[in-house]
Amino acid sequence: MSIKPTVNDLNWKIAGEAGYGIKSIGLMFSKICARGGLHIFDYSEYPSLIRGGHNTYQVNVGSEEKWSPKIAVNLLVALDQLTIDLHKDELEEGGGLIYDNEDKKIDVSVIDAKKYNLFPIPLTKLAEAAGGKKVMRNSVALGASVGLISYDFELLKAMIKDEFRRKGDEIVDLNIKIAEAGYNYVRDNFNVEKFPFKLKPIKGPKQMVLTANEAIGMGAIVAGCKFMSAYPMTPFTSILHYLAANGEKHNILVKQTEDEISAITMALGASFAGVRAMTGTSGGGFSLMVEALGLSGITETPIVIAEVMRPGPATGLPTWTEQSDLQFLIHASQGEFPRIIIAPGDVREAFYATQHAFNLAEKYQLPVFILSDKFISESNKSEEFFETDKLKIERGALVSDVELKKIKKFKRYKFTDTGISPRSIPGQPGGMHNANSDEHDEFGYSSEDAENRARMVEKRALKIEEAQKELPDPVLYGPENSDVTIISWGSTKGPILEAMKLCERDKQKVNFLHIAYVFPFPDEKVKAIIRKAKNIVLVENNFTAQLGSLIREFTGEEIENKLLKYSGRQFYPSEIQGYISDILKN
Amino acid sequence: MKPEELNTPHDPTWCPACGNFGIWIALKKAITELNLDPNHVAVSYGIGCSGNENNFVKTYAFHSLHGRALPPAAGIKFANDALTVLAIGGDGDAYGEGGNHFIHACKNNYDITYLVHDNQLYSLTTGQASPTSQKGMATTTTPEGIIEDPLNPISLALAANATFVARGFSGRADHLSGLIKQAIQHKGFSFIDILQNCVTFNKLNTFQFFNQRIYDMNAEGYEANDRQKAHAKAMEWGDRIPIGIFYQEEKPSYNSVVSQKRNGTLVEQSLEKADLTPNFEKMV
Repeated sequence: MSIKPTVNDLNWKIAGEAGYGIKSIGLMFSKICARGGLHIFDYSEYPSLIRGGHNTYQVNVGSEEKWSPKIAVNLLVALDQLTIDLHKDELEEGGGLIYDNEDKKIDVSVIDAKKYNLFPIPLTKLAEAAGGKKVMRNSVALGASVGLISYDFELLKAMIKDEFRRKGDEIVDLNIKIAEAGYNYVRDNFNVEKFPFKLKPIKGPKQMVLTANEAIGMGAIVAGCKFMSAYPMTPFTSILHYLAANGEKHNILVKQTEDEISAITMALGASFAGVRAMTGTSGGGFSLMVEALGLSGITETPIVIAEVMRPGPATGLPTWTEQSDLQFLIHASQGEFPRIIIAPGDVREAFYATQHAFNLAEKYQLPVFILSDKFISESNKSEEFFETDKLKIERGALVSDVELKKIKKFKRYKFTDTGISPRSIPGQPGGMHNANSDEHDEFGYSSEDAENRARMVEKRALKIEEAQKELPDPVLYGPENSDVTIISWGSTKGPILEAMKLCERDKQKVNFLHIAYVFPFPDEKVKAIIRKAKNIVLVENNFTAQLGSLIREFTGEEIENKLLKYSGRQFYPSEIQGYISDILKN
Repeated sequence: MKPEELNTPHDPTWCPACGNFGIWIALKKAITELNLDPNHVAVSYGIGCSGNENNFVKTYAFHSLHGRALPPAAGIKFANDALTVLAIGGDGDAYGEGGNHFIHACKNNYDITYLVHDNQLYSLTTGQASPTSQKGMATTTTPEGIIEDPLNPISLALAANATFVARGFSGRADHLSGLIKQAIQHKGFSFIDILQNCVTFNKLNTFQFFNQRIYDMNAEGYEANDRQKAHAKAMEWGDRIPIGIFYQEEKPSYNSVVSQKRNGTLVEQSLEKADLTPNFEKMV
């Protein structure tokens, strides 16, 4: 086995039964890499159970920006036999396997020792000898991992200190001792210099390690969101957790409601009363919210809704991923009214899109969606601190008390050239109005008059034309001219960008149009790209090619090459490159 | 201010002699007698004949969906604690479609007032059975008569820990207006189940039916300070039907204890740039 040494390009994976602390150890590995100036993208799989079931956590780390997980693993920590059974084929040649050689249930005879590096380490024994319990063997494995890849143990030490500081010096020291036991064991017992995969800290700006859900929470805070009502639903729930944890500090009232119908209508009440409000859920919860989407539409009450998708229908796969709610959101609720759907492709986009969503909701007085999915909403990515200096809060046509004084009869739903009417809030003298779910006249009083009805429909529709003027175009990645043009939306961005790196390595000319502001559909830009492209590939994490339908609807173009995945798993870059290679061969 | 000043340019569209007129008059009277500035009153309405009142009372109004009068009212109060916030719905709204919200509004003790126009029928949709329709009543959806016993809104509110539980009658507008005043002044969730006649569709629970049976329990000495007694009183329904306050309890409202109020109401908070640096640092 002679494998070319690789520095700063590593895929590390830990797996075992739920309850082994896999998530916390995985996140620590991600953070020590990011603290060493390296870029990470991590990814975790787990079933919808609290105890038992198989959990995995993998960290793709390197000196270049990492956009997605990849399949080939360089160092695998197996906390049980199932990990070996399920993931042995993911090991890259020369890759290492850490396992507890004193665990009698573990059998590594299936692993070809000539092809892979076996690292038998008495994980439990070392944890116990250092004064810890069996469950802390994951810390031994973390220390051992750091030792095997010749990374800086001081970074892990500092991480442990930060992580356990609240629990006191004793716990900090114990955890350091346990990690050190793993680190020292591999340095003493194996020739780590010969292990081909290494990490070395590099200089770089300070980095966060965070999920899109956390970025959405931060985006809401910086946008001045003051109220969130929601009902927990995986994989949305961590947004609710994040805002609840920040509620006191940033003066955001977070209310867990009795159901999703209450969640959205309560947020609408808060918004009607003048605060920036949001709700969030996954597809199942949004099914319950649908009637209130129309309520936002006809009362022209701004609201931001974070919909974090998981595979449906019904309960579906609660802890897995899919992009199957796009058409649902576009068509949700009876009647016709405008809405905006933003599907960020990564954590950075999730942050800025959320901040922007609050401005759009208030300026155009309509519902705005942040459409994410389990894949990016629960995967961590390393990112520099977000730039907030240039962010503006735009509240649209809110009228001041002074302006109201000059108006004799305030028309909340006044017909205007843009369809946007002045908005007052309860408590303002002279701004009294009826935010009416019935069709209404300019004051908000119920009206069944035919002419008024038609004008109101047109007025509401007009707003989206106005909004479209400021919505960002889709972004083209890669060269202007290429042999293959990929078109996709939302969270597939990361795996596609990684696939493009593989294509570049193999001299395949590929570019990629990513649509984040997906509805109203940017038809002109998409049409222009499609007309120029030699070969077009549509990539979507769903069965029915929902973006493909939109493209056909709004551009008349049919994309024949569709790479669709609906197994509940996101794309791996190698799958995308494989598809592109086939296209180029034909 | 006079109650008539709360009228809008639109006259009520209810049937002549509908019980809603009495409730409408009582509401306007309560608001004016409490000297509330209508600019500082927000009412969230459900859907039905009761919900149509959104066009007839001049305050800030949010006309919500069927069953959804309560959550927007709670949201409005969260946003602006300085407002007087009411929710208005019917028996279908409150106890059918919106049953879950009702239970949880009682439990949460939001500082809002809920007026339920209870005519024991779905009337705007021409007379189907409602959760409070009398057993045996023949309706368009139960031509052979309703099989089950009706729901008891008073018992339900008590079981859900409501802190102000009352019943009024549309035919006693002065008494009702007094109840509404007390309900608005109550700190916490105040609920009034308002018995009303539907002249067009409900031929059983008519004005005469209620008028002959109702009596003011508080005037007869019933004290509203004992939950156990209130539970027993709530069961009284027959030749005599009590109106008035069943139960009232002083307990901090949900709104009064949330920490986000410390710098004034939410709507007064500055939206200017939250400093996210500590949030970013935490992710390192």
